Amino acid sequence: MKLNWKELRKTIYIFATEKTVGFTLISIFLGLVVGAIFLTAAGFNPFQAYGIILRGIFSKPSYISYTIIRATPLILTGLSIAFAFKTGLFNIGAEGQFIIGSVVATATGYFLHLPLLIHIPVVIISAVLAAGIWGGLAGYFKAKFGVHEVISTIMLNWVALYFQNFLIYTEGFQKPGGETSYSIQPTANMMILKTWKQSAAGREWLLQHPFWKDLLRTPANWGFIIAIIMAVLVWFVLNKTALGYRLRAVGFNRFAAEYGGINVNKNMIISMFIAGALAGLAGALQVVGVSHKVTLIAAMEGYGFDGIAVALIANSNALGCILAGLLFGALKYGGAKIQPFMQAPSEVVSIVIGSIVFFISIPRLIKLILSRKNKKGGTK
Amino acid sequence: MGYKNATRSLTKVIEMKNITKKFGDFVALDSVNLDIFKGKVHALLGENGAGKSTLMNILYGLYYSTSGEIFINGEKVNITNPNIAIEHGIGMVHQHFMLIKPFTVAQNIILGREPISKMSVLNMKKALKDVKEISERYGLYVDPNAKIEDISVSMQQRVEILKALYRGAEILILDEPTAVLTPQEIIELIQIIKNLTKEGKSIILISHKLKEIKEAADFCMIIRRGKHIDTVVVSETTEEELASKMVGREVSFVVDKKDKKAGDEIFSIKDLVVKDNRNIITVDKLNLSVKKGEILGLAGIDGNGQTELLEAITGLRKIESGEIKINGNDITNKTPFQIINNKIAHIPEDRQKRGLVLDFDISENTILENYYKKPFSKKGILQYNNINVYANELIDKFDIRPKKASKMARTLSGGNQQKVIVAREITNDPDLLIAAQPTRGLDVGAIEFVHKSLIEQRDNEKAVLLISFELDEVMNVSDRIAVIYEGKIVGIVDAKDAEVEKLGLMMAGGGNK
Repeated sequence: MKLNWKELRKTIYIFATEKTVGFTLISIFLGLVVGAIFLTAAGFNPFQAYGIILRGIFSKPSYISYTIIRATPLILTGLSIAFAFKTGLFNIGAEGQFIIGSVVATATGYFLHLPLLIHIPVVIISAVLAAGIWGGLAGYFKAKFGVHEVISTIMLNWVALYFQNFLIYTEGFQKPGGETSYSIQPTANMMILKTWKQSAAGREWLLQHPFWKDLLRTPANWGFIIAIIMAVLVWFVLNKTALGYRLRAVGFNRFAAEYGGINVNKNMIISMFIAGALAGLAGALQVVGVSHKVTLIAAMEGYGFDGIAVALIANSNALGCILAGLLFGALKYGGAKIQPFMQAPSEVVSIVIGSIVFFISIPRLIKLILSRKNKKGGTK
Repeated sequence: MGYKNATRSLTKVIEMKNITKKFGDFVALDSVNLDIFKGKVHALLGENGAGKSTLMNILYGLYYSTSGEIFINGEKVNITNPNIAIEHGIGMVHQHFMLIKPFTVAQNIILGREPISKMSVLNMKKALKDVKEISERYGLYVDPNAKIEDISVSMQQRVEILKALYRGAEILILDEPTAVLTPQEIIELIQIIKNLTKEGKSIILISHKLKEIKEAADFCMIIRRGKHIDTVVVSETTEEELASKMVGREVSFVVDKKDKKAGDEIFSIKDLVVKDNRNIITVDKLNLSVKKGEILGLAGIDGNGQTELLEAITGLRKIESGEIKINGNDITNKTPFQIINNKIAHIPEDRQKRGLVLDFDISENTILENYYKKPFSKKGILQYNNINVYANELIDKFDIRPKKASKMARTLSGGNQQKVIVAREITNDPDLLIAAQPTRGLDVGAIEFVHKSLIEQRDNEKAVLLISFELDEVMNVSDRIAVIYEGKIVGIVDAKDAEVEKLGLMMAGGGNK
């Protein structure tokens, strides 16, 4: 028995230090432990709290649906940042690109009058292009003037935020009496079975099928599917195409890329364009799928910044962004429930997420903790 | 007399016993034994990737051996990190220096062991005095107040040695110390090594340059593919014997080259002016031409405009004025992409900065210029099957080790990294091949191979421009030799009529005019 325990420890050590996935899982586990310590210190039972979070995510179809809805924009902003990371750039501007995407989506969704099947693609494509250009701008500044993308994207975030607020106060766009824009036309609405849900026949059917009724109570929409398709696409482009080869070469070693005949400046702009487009898609999907409008914002909403954490947890792996985004969405949605149910502060979730990112950023710490344990086990 | 007899009366300071190191399935070191004696120079000889650096990294605490024991002065020690090694009097000078560039020489030397006066204020006066004292004692002259970024590479190396001595090193590990030095500086370094051993220090010299081992070392241990082949007394052996032990076969030192007549002029440079990063003119109205089927060697001391010339030709640096032509096409101030498509290939000076994407694997590195072309890409999609077939061909043909296309370039030894570049550039079948320091840091076997490859290019009626700081190399391989001094060509001679003394004089600026 004792030998088995040692073997197990060794397996865990190898798993956690040599496999990226194992290392990430251990970091997540340690993040939860840190959260539990804070909960205990504040006088709450951590098991009860995590139980509530778990039930808050999985116990009803609508909860799962909400979790997915929460996760969708995070997957995409995470992808945006992961993509830039892979090509050697740090896109802090996902926040602003998200805003541009949602503003343009709202504008095209409200002002244009198009048939159902055409309207949504037009809205999404125009939002994605606009956000892509917004991101590409930072790439252009870097290529042309040597401005670091961290600086320019942070600035562009604020420009985007005030641009949105400015538009909301513009006549014709502002909904009278509110600090929001008009809602987009029904033809631009991407909610699943939206009209059917409200029709007599639909209501009748849903009354007899409680599972579906509960699931469709939420603004369930196609955004999640699009996010998954984008993750696969990003993975494919980065790893399987000549474009991806070029972008990665520039990201890993721009001097060698230049030597090999690759146009470094052009590829930096392309990379920031794609990163911006992904974050803009997140904003557009949020509008057509969930919010249907934009409102006055006093500060950044955090979709872009949370995306940084998603990308880090995913180790900048495109497919990992799906899982990291879901984890993030789940923690945020489920975590909000410990406040009403046990009066525990839901900010604990931010502590957990912060700790996970912390552990992931310092792989040596985990190695150290585990190797200490290993040695002790050996001397016994 | 033999190694056993020669070492009988000496004091053993280090004993490494049955050292084995595995990286996964790969056995980097297989039961290697090493003894170091007080006041002696031990050379560690082996090909690139033979395990020399791994063994030293174990001694210095950077790696931990899979099995084996280390004794220092007869006492068993467990060196788990470099601090423990330093405590035991071991100092290491790495191939790539670990200095803080904006700091002065003295600041770098005392770093981590700063002399402190009362109130824990840094006592710079004492620091300067200490530095001066040890530098005089061992004949290692440096300016303690100069900034690292302003001093030459060989001076930086001295600073590294002083740093180790300041920390009380009794045993100094020098990892390929001559790879970055000019011939004159190498002579100075050997003198420094002699001064150090006179003072009772022991030196471990990692090298694959036989000439230096012959000149500097007392004993030489030969490692091949992780195995201890032999340890010999250097004065009782020859360079040829050392070479064949290292490579495992006979090695020819003479470059085998048939006489041949050069063809038409294919590449020409006219009145070229190029500035360096500080905006100073470093290539000054330079004229040069290369013919089909010839190797033109460019001899010169580092820093006379070679780097800027090379970058100007390959499109990596802006040209102020002048004209460069290949096959009659003007390539002045064209992009690297256009220049590559004009059939110029280039083995860069700095393999890690320019030559490789270290986080790409071997196969991805072999297609750096051709990734978008068939058969590597079809309609923008990479064809990994074809890429791997191609990479494996190069790995076999150029004997790149380990023989695994999916190995990250970062994990290869320096020599094998260089082989990847040479393989890629030669296989691109250029009309003009520019080889800058193509054998820097390579072992004799690999050098022989690179030289053969260059000559093969020439024999196939291609033009080769060889830029090298090693005069021996230029003289052995070239058909014609041009000497560059302060950005100008100060003389061109036929390789057959070249004399070392005359070339050396021209390189130093004392040309024929």
